[in-house]
Amino acid sequence: MFPKPIEKQSQAAQVAYKSLLPVALLFWLAPLLAVALFSVKPDADFTSGNYWGLPSSFEGAANYGQVFFNSDMPRYLLNSFLITVPTVIGAVALSAMTGFALGIYKFRANLWIFFMFVAGNFVPFQILMVPVRDLTLELGLYNTKTGLVLFHVAFQTGFCTLFMRNFIRALPFELIEAARVEGVSEWRIFWYVVLPLMKPALAALSVLIFTFIWNDYFWAVVLTQGIESQPVTAGITSFNAQFRAAYHLMSAGSIVAALPPVAMFFLMQKHFIAGLTLGAVK
Amino acid sequence: MAVSSDIPETECWFHRNQQRIAPWLFLAPGILFFAVYVIAPVFQSFNLSLYEWDGLGEKTYVGMRNYEDLYWEYVDRDAFFTSLKNNVMWLFLYLLAIPAGLFIALFLNQTVRGIRLYKSLFFFPFVISQVVVGLVFTWFYDPSFGLLNTMLGWVGMGPINVLGNEHLVTYGIVAAGLWPQTAYCMILYLTGLNAVDPEQIEAGRLDGAKGWSMLWNIILPQLRPATFIAFVVTIIGALRSFDLISIMTQGGPFGSSRVLAYYMFEVALSEYGFRMGYGAAIAVVLFLIMLCFIAYFLWSMYREEKGH
Repeated sequence: MFPKPIEKQSQAAQVAYKSLLPVALLFWLAPLLAVALFSVKPDADFTSGNYWGLPSSFEGAANYGQVFFNSDMPRYLLNSFLITVPTVIGAVALSAMTGFALGIYKFRANLWIFFMFVAGNFVPFQILMVPVRDLTLELGLYNTKTGLVLFHVAFQTGFCTLFMRNFIRALPFELIEAARVEGVSEWRIFWYVVLPLMKPALAALSVLIFTFIWNDYFWAVVLTQGIESQPVTAGITSFNAQFRAAYHLMSAGSIVAALPPVAMFFLMQKHFIAGLTLGAVK
Repeated sequence: MAVSSDIPETECWFHRNQQRIAPWLFLAPGILFFAVYVIAPVFQSFNLSLYEWDGLGEKTYVGMRNYEDLYWEYVDRDAFFTSLKNNVMWLFLYLLAIPAGLFIALFLNQTVRGIRLYKSLFFFPFVISQVVVGLVFTWFYDPSFGLLNTMLGWVGMGPINVLGNEHLVTYGIVAAGLWPQTAYCMILYLTGLNAVDPEQIEAGRLDGAKGWSMLWNIILPQLRPATFIAFVVTIIGALRSFDLISIMTQGGPFGSSRVLAYYMFEVALSEYGFRMGYGAAIAVVLFLIMLCFIAYFLWSMYREEKGH
């Protein structure tokens, strides 16, 4: 293990390390902790200039209550869910198939199609912006959640295919050959042999895509504009305009907007990290 | 049921050629979506950059004029070059996430009590949306009450308005971007460090390697795959920077924090007027910059594939 395990070092070093950890963490998360502190303060603290002291009264319930019951935030959150969940399902379904095709079959165009997906996944969004916006307008899907979902599914298929294909490559190929010898059709091999083995990959991709799509801002701004379809990342700017200079409410709103992917991360940590770091180890 | 006599034959043909046809059937929906929404638009943008178009009326073919306008821009003379310069700054400064991530990973690669929770909490900024990161850092930098200036006040330094200063603003935004990006690189390296071969470390120790020389000669070569991925995601992230700029400064003050991605959006879809063709030209420039990196990444992957 590198660096040298701290248990093998002097008592003083161990104590120093263990006390340094929380301090470092405190600094690392300082900007976030500040927002958390703001979100439980009463309005009066900001007018009286008490920004960093203890809250003069604990107003967490009132502030978050305001966000949930007296603003458009719940609607934006709902929109985000209605955009994110179908995208996850769509992108994972499509890429399970493309990944299977590219991971299992040998044919000449295989590597080129794979590279097309990988390269497409890296292009800057701006080069897609005008044509995708036009297409969405033409389909009559501008400012709808469906329009956003369709684009997200298509774009995420690139990354997901990369992921799925590499995962399937690592599966034991003998299983598939054995099934073929038995005369099992290709579709049934996919459904009954490979898909069950892909569960960890499906889980990892789902949490990753959930986070990516939930946090998307650019496409939300480009393809939607109203409360009826905007997700929370775009909605929070309107929210902030509504509560201009009400820092306690803006902070509470930000925390609420950030929470679902955070919850997802802490619940599915193992899968999340496995997904992010795929390929980091050979 | 009338056609039932045909079925065995088609089935037979399908069965015989199953292994050749199956991959295309599996690929079809994915390729269709990807071609319509990703591949075709790239070419459409290239084409559009030769036209003048307000997004509604007729398109007018103008040849290379939009590209000449990048140089001669009449609305804001320096806009394009400021954006380009900022993109380069983003590219270099953002790469600091890699050594910073490695540093934190080395710091946290221990087995004391509660270390798993520490690792999660250090990784935490990556999970938050850039919009929220942008808001958080806007307040952090606020000249009247921001935490940064409060802390500077403790050591007797005057308030600085990071986001209001033409010379500091890009550094300020990049610093905000480095926060989640460093967390990402950290997790890559933590995973990499986990897989480092302990025998090689022992062998290195016997050879008298420790500290820096151990890190440089024995550990880093084994972390190569992690470094490669960190490099890819950081470059892509740097060139994609949009959210933070949009939230924190909207390109200001006086357009000094624009990057190509943001400038393109501004030109094509905001109060600047809907200059779609001109926007497409900016996007093409950004795309070509990215293409150098994409080509390099694909080439590395290709060598890897052939190596197997």
